[in-house]
Amino acid sequence: MGDRGLLVEFGDEISREINEKVRRMALVVQDDIREGIVEVVPTYRSLLITYNPLLLPVEDLKKRLKRIEEGLQQAPLPEPKLTRIPAVYGGHYGPDLEEVARYHQISPEKVIQLHCSKPYLIYMIGFMPGYPYMGELPEELVTPRLKTPRLVVPKGSVAIAQRQTGIYSMESPGGWQILGRTPVELFDPGRDPPALLKIGDLVQFYEISEKEFKEWHSK
Amino acid sequence: MEKVATFEVLESGILTTIQDLGRYGFSQFGVPPSGALDTFSLRVSNLLVGNEEEAGLEITLMGLRIRALKEVVIAITGGALSPTLNGEPVEMWRTHLLLQDDVIAFKKVSAGCRAYLSAGGGFVVPKIMGSSSTYLSGKFGGLEGRSLRRGDVLYTSNSSSSLDKLGLRFPSDWIPSLEKEVLLRVIPGPQDHHFTEKGFQTLTSSSYEVTPQCDRMGIRLEGPRIERRPDVEESIISEGLISGAVQVPGDGKPIIILTELVTGGYTKIATIIATDLPRVAQLKPGDRVKFKRISIEEAHHLLKEQEERLKKFKKIIQNQAVTVDKV
Repeated sequence: MGDRGLLVEFGDEISREINEKVRRMALVVQDDIREGIVEVVPTYRSLLITYNPLLLPVEDLKKRLKRIEEGLQQAPLPEPKLTRIPAVYGGHYGPDLEEVARYHQISPEKVIQLHCSKPYLIYMIGFMPGYPYMGELPEELVTPRLKTPRLVVPKGSVAIAQRQTGIYSMESPGGWQILGRTPVELFDPGRDPPALLKIGDLVQFYEISEKEFKEWHSK
Repeated sequence: MEKVATFEVLESGILTTIQDLGRYGFSQFGVPPSGALDTFSLRVSNLLVGNEEEAGLEITLMGLRIRALKEVVIAITGGALSPTLNGEPVEMWRTHLLLQDDVIAFKKVSAGCRAYLSAGGGFVVPKIMGSSSTYLSGKFGGLEGRSLRRGDVLYTSNSSSSLDKLGLRFPSDWIPSLEKEVLLRVIPGPQDHHFTEKGFQTLTSSSYEVTPQCDRMGIRLEGPRIERRPDVEESIISEGLISGAVQVPGDGKPIIILTELVTGGYTKIATIIATDLPRVAQLKPGDRVKFKRISIEEAHHLLKEQEERLKKFKKIIQNQAVTVDKV
């Protein structure tokens, strides 16, 4: 990408296998090449590596990446960490819950039950600080994006789009269907690491009441 | 670090933020680099006042007025925003000594878009993830994650007084020119194959106008539509972005990505080279851009040349300081 980035691509679809390769590669690159690497950005199916061409000639970098790629199968991947995320569903916390239920011709309770039914893999963090792109939703919950994105989606909103689910870590515009809201702080610039979640980890949602939501931070 | 109150903001102007060279290493947590858009100008203003890579003020277009609360050495670089000292025009790209109660103001834009002001010792704000840069949409970094307001007090480090740098100038033939139409050199990709040959030619043979939709996240351009191949989708699976990426959404009109974005799902036909990013920072609505394709080898050569100039200038400054010491 330009004169400061290389994009290593591992396929053109969202799949666990491809994403695992991206993650392995990201870890090895960060461990093996330090001098001259500016950033490593693992996403669904590609790894963006930005470098300082004055410290690291691009041909050297390409050669080293090639070598890393060849030995990628042996590269270890840490055990994923499971984080349980509470969410209050429906009402003004989840303005699209009813519509999603109607779309699939199931009850709102069933939507909640399905959304909480399994752990999701974090395919990438992006879009905004700490925003996890997770999947895959149960088949019965696969829902298109909103036709018209909202100008303001509140912080903590738990949302779905196609096969993915995510959490708005900050207030922002957004086009995903909002099912609920979590009181958990996903990103705190003063914390180390600043993001609660990271790529490759797992998230399982569980339902809390409005009362529990409101009292979350006074606990 | 010892810090001292150095300026009071009398008028905030359109948008003034505290920026250093950026917050790198956190994109994988969704945190974009932020930082000065015209890094060349900030680096020169820092060098002039004897700083290393400290934070400075990024002043957008016009309106900022600040009062010195104490004696301080400053330098102003970047866009020609007609800076004045107590109402009189003040020369850019050189050092000045401000006395207590001196007022620096930016009244009108003559060319470019963003000026940079460095103060001896550098501006001091709490570092967040290793950087002083303001990330506006993330609301952190810089001064409380926001642009300056009337009444703000700005602190600088009192670690070094750089009175020996007074009157120092950046060589005039090294000062980047500010034109109404700017040539930006690009390297194709990563998704240039999503566009037809004609589409790529449209990009490199047309003149595009900067629209009012431009901020620190990106610049939307108006001009001829870039033709996409019929068999590809308009969006791609989200991937990492860098500033200078030329994104082409469904309407075929290019958008230049800047420093406050981290990932995106639109195709990128080309990426502007590092050496030309400072020129992008100086674009404002109504200015025009043209794109020219070059090779990555040329791009790295240009970057090296620029670095050598800065290194040379640093040496000149150090020698000058030595001379003053001898006197």
